Amino acid sequence: MSEKIVIVDYGAGNLKSAQNATQRAARELAGECDVLVSSDPKDVQNADRVILPGVGAFADCMNGLTSVEGMVDALHKRVILDAVPFLGICVGMQLLASEGREKVYTHGLDWIPGIVKHIEPNDKMLKVPHMGWNTLTQTNAHPMIDDLDIGPDGLNAYFVHSYHFEVADPAHLLATVEYGQTLTAIVGRENLIATQFHPEKSQALGLKFISNFLNWSL
Amino acid sequence: MTLKTRVIPCLDVKDGRVVKGVNFVDLVDAGDPVESAIAYDAAGADELCFLDITASHEGRDTIYDVVARTAEHCFMPLTVGGGIRTVEDIRKLLLSGADKVSINSAAVKDPDFINAAADKFGNQCIVVSVDAKQRAEDALVDGQSKWEIYTHGGRNATGIDAIEFAKDMVKRGAGELLVTSMDRDGTKIGFDLELTRAISDAVEVPVIASGGVGTLDHLVDGVNEGRASAVLAASIFHFGTFSIGEAKAHMAQSGIAVRQDNVAKG
Repeated sequence: MSEKIVIVDYGAGNLKSAQNATQRAARELAGECDVLVSSDPKDVQNADRVILPGVGAFADCMNGLTSVEGMVDALHKRVILDAVPFLGICVGMQLLASEGREKVYTHGLDWIPGIVKHIEPNDKMLKVPHMGWNTLTQTNAHPMIDDLDIGPDGLNAYFVHSYHFEVADPAHLLATVEYGQTLTAIVGRENLIATQFHPEKSQALGLKFISNFLNWSL
Repeated sequence: MTLKTRVIPCLDVKDGRVVKGVNFVDLVDAGDPVESAIAYDAAGADELCFLDITASHEGRDTIYDVVARTAEHCFMPLTVGGGIRTVEDIRKLLLSGADKVSINSAAVKDPDFINAAADKFGNQCIVVSVDAKQRAEDALVDGQSKWEIYTHGGRNATGIDAIEFAKDMVKRGAGELLVTSMDRDGTKIGFDLELTRAISDAVEVPVIASGGVGTLDHLVDGVNEGRASAVLAASIFHFGTFSIGEAKAHMAQSGIAVRQDNVAKG
């Protein structure tokens, strides 16, 4: 049985990169899997794994997601009730929060309690957005992260964001990144994992991470 | 534990081919941008920049194919500039696999285009290319240098002040500025550090320094004195004067944090 990986298309950003990287990771695993970019809630309901990407503003992305009829319900059913493995990327990670505070206050999916706030580095010389390559620090054990070559001397991940996810429960914080303050890099609970960085743009580290996601069994 | 300074090779692409040759030993086809991109990827480039200098409208479609093929092989950020005039141009590039677009003439001609582009695609993917020349006649007036914005690859003067333009573009939604000194471009005497720093200090978004790199010290100066978040160079990499690895090793020795993930640890 070939696995069906669905990348949710809700009009937000560069889906091609996520698809390319997922296909590459799947080929390297030599596994049978179909990588499908779709805006059809039916595809989400039949997915074996779901990827929610996103670039742009929180409110725009949330509006984009809710304006695809039936999509939020399909995600809730498949990801929360059926508990298939789920990967959120960048704003696709931030949308898991209870609330976003970018431009306007917007309710998120509230799958991982917390608030998305503007980055305020202590060092005023630091530019916002936090854009470029940075290293990660693991804060909680997780099967998708434990074998990654991360840490201060480890591989770098590619970030581009002006807002970050402050999680309410430290148990949901899996990795952090330093940029004038400690920022959330990876969150997760049960079948959910999500990254602030772009694994699809993070070369070796990113491909390994996506490959771990495709292999992740709960 | 720190954000790394990015090293960005830039490739001039015309009708789907690299214009300047790339001097990689193991490169099968020096004129194929995809081959070049793969070589730069393997060499540890942090991002790639394609500048489409195709003159004819008909030739434009070739860049979409180049971007699509590159994005299948290179898993790092890809910026594409040159001839972008409409929201539809941006959409097509992003759908092909570009992550950011660099906009020059269209931003000068119609600044509202930047608002529209940033609203539609997010600030993070809108890079505004600030091409500037020093205005010598103003230099001594108030002891402060002035720079003027140029378009069309440095051919057309606009009378617009570069610093004011940079600030306006960021206000309109540019997520990053690519600052090129048209005085220095191709000279190999180094970035215009004063220009780079003046713009970097004036805006909160990252600035990429460009134009004039001839030595590895120039890259270091761009960061330490120009306060650039990233350095872009074309010819020193194209002609194999220096490799990406040499550039990064030199920057690291000078105390600049760079990503050296592909350097064997040990």
